[in-house]
Amino acid sequence: MAETLLSIRGLTKAYPGVVANDDVSFDIGRGEIHALLGENGAGKSTLVKMIYGLVQPDRGSMTMNGSGFAPARPSEARRAGVAMVFQHFSLFDALDVAENVALGMETPPPMRDLARQIREVSETYGLPLDPGRTVGTLSAGERQRVEIIRCLLQDPRLLIMDEPTSVLTPQEVGILFETLRKLKGEGVSILYISHKLEEIRALCDTATILRLGKKVATCTPAETTARQLAEMMVGSSFAAPSARDHAKGAVMLKVDGLSLPAPGAFGTPLRGIGFEVRAGEVLGIGGVAGNGQDELLAALSGERLSPASSVLLMGADVSRQGPVARRASGLLAAPEERLGHAAAPNMSLIENGVLTAARRRGLVSGGMISWGRARDFAEEVIKAFDVRTPGPHVAARALSGGNLQKFVVGREILQKPQVLVINQPTWGVDAAAAAAIRQALLDLAGEGAAIVVISQDLDELMEISDRFGALNEGRLSAIRPVADLDIEQIGLMMGGAHDMEVAHVDA
Amino acid sequence: MIRLEKRPTPSRLWTAVTPVFAVLATMLVGGALFGFLGADPFEAIRTIFWDPLFHPQFAAYSRPQLLVKAGPLILIAIGLSIGFRAGIWNIGAEGQYIMGAVVGAAAGLALYPSDSVLVFPLMILAGALGGWAWAMIPAVLKTRFGTNEILVSLMLVYVAQTILASVSSGLLRNPEGMGFPGSRNFKQWDAAHNAEIIAGTGMHWGVAAALIAVIAAYVLMARHIQGFNIRLTGEAPRAARFAGVSPTRIVVLCLGISGALAGLAGLFEVTGPAGQITIDFNSNYGFTAIIVAFLGRLHPIGILLAGLLMALTYIGGELAQLMLGVPGASIQLFQGMLLFFLLATDVFTNYRVRIGAKGVA
Repeated sequence: MAETLLSIRGLTKAYPGVVANDDVSFDIGRGEIHALLGENGAGKSTLVKMIYGLVQPDRGSMTMNGSGFAPARPSEARRAGVAMVFQHFSLFDALDVAENVALGMETPPPMRDLARQIREVSETYGLPLDPGRTVGTLSAGERQRVEIIRCLLQDPRLLIMDEPTSVLTPQEVGILFETLRKLKGEGVSILYISHKLEEIRALCDTATILRLGKKVATCTPAETTARQLAEMMVGSSFAAPSARDHAKGAVMLKVDGLSLPAPGAFGTPLRGIGFEVRAGEVLGIGGVAGNGQDELLAALSGERLSPASSVLLMGADVSRQGPVARRASGLLAAPEERLGHAAAPNMSLIENGVLTAARRRGLVSGGMISWGRARDFAEEVIKAFDVRTPGPHVAARALSGGNLQKFVVGREILQKPQVLVINQPTWGVDAAAAAAIRQALLDLAGEGAAIVVISQDLDELMEISDRFGALNEGRLSAIRPVADLDIEQIGLMMGGAHDMEVAHVDA
Repeated sequence: MIRLEKRPTPSRLWTAVTPVFAVLATMLVGGALFGFLGADPFEAIRTIFWDPLFHPQFAAYSRPQLLVKAGPLILIAIGLSIGFRAGIWNIGAEGQYIMGAVVGAAAGLALYPSDSVLVFPLMILAGALGGWAWAMIPAVLKTRFGTNEILVSLMLVYVAQTILASVSSGLLRNPEGMGFPGSRNFKQWDAAHNAEIIAGTGMHWGVAAALIAVIAAYVLMARHIQGFNIRLTGEAPRAARFAGVSPTRIVVLCLGISGALAGLAGLFEVTGPAGQITIDFNSNYGFTAIIVAFLGRLHPIGILLAGLLMALTYIGGELAQLMLGVPGASIQLFQGMLLFFLLATDVFTNYRVRIGAKGVA
């Protein structure tokens, strides 16, 4: 291996009740792409935050280029050459690219020079980006480029990337990988956090695997199978979703000519969306974030009403009915944003159970809530979906993202819906839990429910869907059976090439 | 270094304890304030908090006043707290209180001098309706045009005060009052008099209504799905919409309830303790009730206790003015301090304080 850039020795960080990192040691070489792998709660974020100066370790030390490295704040880490691209972008929609980049710099140069620098960097690294464009109009992939360029302008020696491909199309992933390899060629080291094993095997030189705060192994991913990596992450083997027979029933949900104006300045209008889902079938809807996923879910859940006869549930027109009436007739939904949309952060799990299950589970009679029954229901969800929580009285925001997701999905599934629409079912959920959620969705379909899964995780969609369509700028592509698709075609569908001819790819 | 760390779940202990801390801090700083004004701090605090209930000479007069003052405060604060829970900030209860009194009194005076037993119930209904209608103005403007209910409801207080000034020397003026402003005195008209239910206690119908409101609000917020929807709207508006709660309905419901209860309070006040519509019969109960609602943690039982406490500072304040010669404004300052300290200590409910350096640097 090349000479060492950053050496981590015995880093330990404890929070009340949990040891996030326990005696973690490894080295990152110069010009090395180093993967950091682990389930949710394995301690990846805490470790990275210590390197980036957001959190200080309780014990242990780091050396950068042979000299001690203990950043007390991110600005010190940046001065030492560490840059980070976060999973959730911190960009202002209403400002343009150059202004956003300037906001992240300590001493921004004049705007004109900055715009020139942005153009130079974007050309050098093959990341096309116009410094004058308003960020609100950019796709998720382009937004990520803004963040990357912001980092590159600092001439980093170590670039940390937190789950960078979760918002990208396969084509955009290709572009990103080219950029990263180019950086590597220039001697920049990259710490790459992901749980997509194939990606890591294709891109990374070395991988360090964390489990429950401890380092499990450092290995060479190209010489390790994805299954071995996954098992090191989880600590045991887990069941992949089992196949099921495809006896298709009657049309449960039919959407026809569904068009809705954009809900706000940065929302996406829905344009003539149409599809059918049959009993026992899983329809996967892919697409890059921000192409109408939230808007489609809102139109199906009843949060937004649509023109008459655009949404038909088992033949009955429900387009003018609100969420309560749709739930009563068997159409349930689970939105992507867990805190604040699918669940109220400050309310207990018991109360969050009442939020959607009040009527279907008989938690309310004569307008009065039976808290006893509500508690039973919450406990049932916690038990059936292995939600890790001290109890049902805990506020939703106290749960980790993955555990809350299990609760939210479980809450809907246990209500035995006829049709379930779910957006990003396993976003931020660890591998074992994600497998459990997918299995539960398949079981539900096996019992005769129709399921619409909206997701940005293509592997997931390929795994569980019978048919696949992609959203692009509020339009839905033609729906194709998954068995007939390859990754190239899917990429074109996501890019908006509806008839699947070779299209102009905007990159 | 002192840092604040967000608690995973709001602390129940601190929710209960912060009002007590706020009262103690107010006593401490308030005592110092009275000290600067030249009064003995201990005597001032005793005069405000103790004497109204236990002074051998004054208690007989001031004890019933406790309920007389607490009644309207609690009634209004209960209504406000329901809206506040939903994130709907009705700041104009004072206006709804005045309009309830004016409309209720007008309905009664139209029937003068009937001695039917229906007169008083009719006035109660008209009072509630008057307050409700006044609150519907910000509600409709908010739901139709997206105006801010804080500004609109507050501005309407001044409109209501102008209407009050106009009718007390015009439409509702006592024709036998020799030209003085002010309506007929309801105390002299049995059919419309909000008399004490138990003589000598200060317990009039408004106090009874306040107690009923406390129980009803408790049931609504703790057990009823509508109360759940109200809380949900305040906690997470998007989640509420997802659950199927209509924001418009919640706005109309919350402003309607708080308006109607404020109107009732106005009607009970004008037919009872105040006795007649005058330019200044209202004693700012509508504004003080905002403090009561927060001091009571927006919880019905809390509001009941907070209303009694606030009434005590009113009576004790008057007593302190009388006996120690402290200015009236210092009493208002004292009440303001109470809210200030409450909001300041409130931070401990959701955050815990960590003292010391942030780990190893």
